[in-house]
Amino acid sequence: MEEWFDAKLQKNEMIEPKDWMPDNYRKHLIRQISQHAHSEIIGMLPEGNWITRAPSLRAKIVLMAKVQDEGGHGLYLYTAAETLGTSREEVLDALHTGKAKYSSIFNYPTLTWADIGMVGWLVDGAAIMNQVMLQRTSYGPYSRAMVRICKEESFHQRQGYESVCHLAFGTPEQKAMAQDALNRWWWPTLMMFGPTDDKSPNSAQAIKWKIKRESNDQLRQRFVNQTVSQAEYLGLTIPDPDLKWNEERQAYDFGTPNWDEFAAVVAGNGPCNKERLAARVKAHNEGEWVRAAATAYALKKNEVMSAA
Amino acid sequence: MSNNDTQGTLWEVFLQRKPGQPFVHCGSLHAFDKEMALQNARDLYTRRGEGTAIWVVPSTAIVSSSPEDLGPFFEPANDKVYRHPTFYQIPDAVKHM
Repeated sequence: MEEWFDAKLQKNEMIEPKDWMPDNYRKHLIRQISQHAHSEIIGMLPEGNWITRAPSLRAKIVLMAKVQDEGGHGLYLYTAAETLGTSREEVLDALHTGKAKYSSIFNYPTLTWADIGMVGWLVDGAAIMNQVMLQRTSYGPYSRAMVRICKEESFHQRQGYESVCHLAFGTPEQKAMAQDALNRWWWPTLMMFGPTDDKSPNSAQAIKWKIKRESNDQLRQRFVNQTVSQAEYLGLTIPDPDLKWNEERQAYDFGTPNWDEFAAVVAGNGPCNKERLAARVKAHNEGEWVRAAATAYALKKNEVMSAA
Repeated sequence: MSNNDTQGTLWEVFLQRKPGQPFVHCGSLHAFDKEMALQNARDLYTRRGEGTAIWVVPSTAIVSSSPEDLGPFFEPANDKVYRHPTFYQIPDAVKHM
C-alpha cells in the first residue's frame, strides 16, 4: 500500500479521502488543515473589531464582505479536514482548549484603521503566497478548497492596498499612520511563513509528501521581492535597515525576524492570544442554545416525517 | 450525529454554473435540515454569482466506488475499442462525418 501511495505521489496524482494513506500523512493533514481553518476563523476577530468604526460606508461594506469570506474559508477548510475522519466538534474543541494553534499573526492587535489596510495588503498578501502553492497540494479536498480560496483572496489583498493608498497619499497625519502600521506589521508578516528551513523539521516531510511544494524560506523571499516595490510606490519605508537588492541573487537581502518573539507568540504569550481565544470560546458557548434548538427541531421534524 | 454533537449533519453541494450545464460537486457543509442546507450552500458557495442552481444531498446518501476496486470495476470498458468512433474506417471520399 505504501508503494502504491508513493507511486501516486510520484505521478503527481491527488490523494482522495477513500485512498489508502500513511497514518502520519493523515495526521499531518488534519493538523495543518484544521489549523489553517482556525486561522481563518480567528482572523475574523482583528478585522471585525473595525467594522463599526470603518471611516465610510464603502469601507464598511467591503470589510464586512471580507470578514464573511474569511468565515467561508474557515468552513471550506473544516469540511476538508473532516474528509480525513475527524469531526467538527473535535477540531473546534482542540482550538478552544488551546491544543490546536492558529496563525501567530492574529495575536497582534489592530490599533488603527491603517492596520486594517496592512492586514489586507501584507497579511493577506503573505497568505496568498502560501495558498497559491497549496493549490497544488497532494490531498484533493485541500487542494480544491485552496483553489476556491485563492480566487477570493485576491480581492482581499487589492482592497487592502487600495486602503493603504488612500492613507499614504492623504494628509501627513494619514501617511504617518500608515507608516506606523507598516512598522508594526512588517516583521510579524515575515514570521507568518514559519521558522527558517533548517529549524522546520515538519516542513521537510511535508515537502516529501507534496503537501507543501515550496519551503518557508523560498516563500518568504518571494514575498519580500514582490512587496518592496509596492511599498516604494506608496512612499513608505519598510522597517529593515538590511533590506537591499542583491544583483547576484536577483533577489532582496533582508534582515532576520525576531525569532524569540515568534516563539513567544506561538507559545501563547503574544499581545492578544488570551483575548482572541476568549472571544472565540465566548462566541461558541453563547451559540450553544442555537445549535441545541436547531438539533431539537431537526429531530422533531424527522419524527413527524417518519410518522406520516 | 451523535447525542452530544451539536454541529448538524454533513451535506454535499452541487452547483450548476449556468443554465443548461451539468451540476458539479463544489464542496460540503454542515446544516440541520434541507432548507438550512440550501441556504447555507447559497451563502457559502455562491457569494459571487458562481451558480444559477444548487443541489444539496446528505453525505450519507452518496454511494461511491472504492479506489481499491478501481481496476476490476472499470475493466469491462477496457477491451471495447469498438465503442469509439476512431475504431471505424470511413472512405476518404466521404467528407464531414
